[in-house]
Amino acid sequence: MPIDVLMPALSPTMESGKLSKWLKKEGDPIKSGDVIAEIETDKATMEVEAVDEGILAKILIPDGTEEVAVNTPIAIIAAEGEDASAVSAAPKAAPAPKAVEAVAAAPAVAVEAKAPAGAAPARASEPEPEVPAGTEMVSMTVREALRDAMAEEMRRDPSVFVMGEEVAEYQGAYKVTQGLLQEFGADRVIDTPITEHGFAGLGVGAAFTGLRPIVEFMTFNFAMQAIDQIINSAAKTLYMSGGQLGCPIVFRGPNGAAARVAAQHSQDYAAWYSHIPGLKVVAPYTAADAKGLLKAAIRDPNPVIFLENEILYGHAFEVPKLDDYVVPIGKARVARAGRDVTIVAYSIGMTYALKAAEELAKDGIEAEVVDLRTIRPMDIETIVASVRKTGRCVTVEEGWGQSGVGAEIAARLMEHAFDYLDAPVTRVSGKDVPMPYAANLEKLALPSVAEVVAAAKAIAYA
Amino acid sequence: MALAARKASEAGAATESAQPKKTSAAAKKQATPKKPAALKAANRKAMEAVPPLTKEQELHAYREMLLIRRFEEKAGQMYGMGLIGGFCHLYIGQEAVVVGMQMATREGDQVITGYRDHGHMLACGMDANGVMAELTGRRGGYSKGKGGSMHMFSKEKHFYGGHGIVGAQVSLGTGIAFANRYRKNGAVCLTYFGDGAANQGQVYESFNMAELWKLPVVFVIENNKYAMGTSVSRASAQTDFSKRGTSFNIPGEQVDGMDVRAVKAAGERAIEWARSGKGPYILEMQTYRYRGHSMSDPAKYRSKDEVQRMREEHDPIEQVRRRLLTDWKVSEDELKAIDAKVREIVNQSAEFATNDPEPDPSELWTDVLL
Repeated sequence: MPIDVLMPALSPTMESGKLSKWLKKEGDPIKSGDVIAEIETDKATMEVEAVDEGILAKILIPDGTEEVAVNTPIAIIAAEGEDASAVSAAPKAAPAPKAVEAVAAAPAVAVEAKAPAGAAPARASEPEPEVPAGTEMVSMTVREALRDAMAEEMRRDPSVFVMGEEVAEYQGAYKVTQGLLQEFGADRVIDTPITEHGFAGLGVGAAFTGLRPIVEFMTFNFAMQAIDQIINSAAKTLYMSGGQLGCPIVFRGPNGAAARVAAQHSQDYAAWYSHIPGLKVVAPYTAADAKGLLKAAIRDPNPVIFLENEILYGHAFEVPKLDDYVVPIGKARVARAGRDVTIVAYSIGMTYALKAAEELAKDGIEAEVVDLRTIRPMDIETIVASVRKTGRCVTVEEGWGQSGVGAEIAARLMEHAFDYLDAPVTRVSGKDVPMPYAANLEKLALPSVAEVVAAAKAIAYA
Repeated sequence: MALAARKASEAGAATESAQPKKTSAAAKKQATPKKPAALKAANRKAMEAVPPLTKEQELHAYREMLLIRRFEEKAGQMYGMGLIGGFCHLYIGQEAVVVGMQMATREGDQVITGYRDHGHMLACGMDANGVMAELTGRRGGYSKGKGGSMHMFSKEKHFYGGHGIVGAQVSLGTGIAFANRYRKNGAVCLTYFGDGAANQGQVYESFNMAELWKLPVVFVIENNKYAMGTSVSRASAQTDFSKRGTSFNIPGEQVDGMDVRAVKAAGERAIEWARSGKGPYILEMQTYRYRGHSMSDPAKYRSKDEVQRMREEHDPIEQVRRRLLTDWKVSEDELKAIDAKVREIVNQSAEFATNDPEPDPSELWTDVLL
């Protein structure tokens, strides 16, 4: 029987990649372990090794094909002496330009969380009001936006430097710091040992002297090792010093669930850090916000927790082409206007919220979607203004419900908009369990579009 | 239980109350054949005899140490009167460490330490009024009354705190040294911590980065023999703290931390090493605190004899006083004049700290963010 060679997944969150080069041609004998092709993801170029032996009977995806979905058959290996004509009987899958169907079919992935690049609704990337009319927009991934933000600020201010694990020579574990070492050199782009507690404290000490460190955590899960320095040293020293000793530092990195990495690597820390006076906490969704808010965070004289999301890194959005695009911290954004129900979300939670809004629209319910963007200080005014209009609110977060961001929003709405509420504030959150590994359980543990839709309908009495 | 505790404390007393080792003996003990050349060189220097101070230096050390001693005694007294609240960790007995080290610094060098910090602030030249008023939680305190005993800072005097989490200041101090290297300003950060903090994980994370990047930092381990109530031998597998950097190739010395001359000499070696770009240096200061860990600690884990012996035989201030009287022929009257001046400063600070108003209620909401 001929064997299909499938497009491999090279990282937990990879959805598709470019088949950059075949190293074998049709008719070549293949031994297990032979490198047969090179595949380029947004993070790296990887070699594909054959697992099976035989003859490379047919190449299904030619060199240079972009966005080949994971699990797409890319070639067929026939056994020695097998009739080459058997090959034509093999299933031939067309290269899927959009990965979502192929990915959805695979049991491995939380589908709602994985809208492919470019699939984000146009309304999600409405420009800021302060962007002048007629500004040129460029499509850019969140990853590129973050890198550009750091590079621009490092050009602007020599006291800005970036440190963390694999940020320099490796070009970033998630390639967010790509190219920075080449432009700014090893004095300002610094690979650290794997010692989060130590280098977080070192960064805080440097910030006490007035430098502006950007400390990258490979993921925020590892920042738990450093949380004492973040809270006890970075957040509190200004107060404890009577205003003498500020700490202009940014702690950034991917936060929340990636895909299939289980409980210790899948956690949303937004609520944790938002509890702390003395910190600002930012969690952008779009590339434009990622860029503008990171620039604001680097300029901010206070410690800023900048929560990124690994799944969003590869998503592309329209970003205004401006020399200095800065988005103010502490302002939410109405991502979609509506009159019937308010959905408040942040970071990847926005993907559920926006899709749910589209579903609801089909049933005649117009949802207003508020992208919180900053968790602390929380822009409660924008939420209240929306709820005054709609009388209803659903909050969406991947983190746990108890003492979560949604719980805070619900309490604030009780305080500031009680008379405007026509229904209880309803929370959609991650389930109250550690993140499971099994694909089906992981999907169940995360929020879903269906849950957001159901919550909105329940309080809209629809 | 009581018997066991007493036995443990006696055993502790027997091992811990030994005289601070002479630097030469300590250095010989350290010199193992496999040491890198840099460490050997450091040890050879440590073997040299303690260089004498000039008369002016002795007088300076005497005045500085006495100021700390009297200040701390006053703080203890005011704590007993209920004027100072919360935690209050006194530095009495350890004065030679910070005073000797400050004598080895130059303008611009930074200091950071843990919670037993009043002595460091005074030695850095911070105003006694501001320190005492912070202890009493008044608006004229260095942190406007919002930090308290463990949390004071002075950018002007290059003092970076005052940190309440055991060991946290080691990473922070390493970061200050990182900033020195980043700015190429030639400054060295003196990072103080105790024998207790020396067992914290982030200390070794910091050692690693400091040596890896050759940061200008001197790690000053104030080994006062007890981490709160736990004697060094009960908490530390390696009780020679000068060796704690060995696996990172950081040179270290044991220093008689009760002798301000030895401290100054070792400080000069260490600071020169760090300033010249060779990286960090560890000084284990063998010292002793006369009081309990904090005001609420009756210090039953050690014998009265042990404390008495240290006070009588090794008191850092008495040592200087004796030399001033005998070697430098300074008159009792002259020393009494210094005593009187110091008492005046301390009394004035107590007066200020007692009468200065509490912070305005509006201060509750300030200084959270810039």
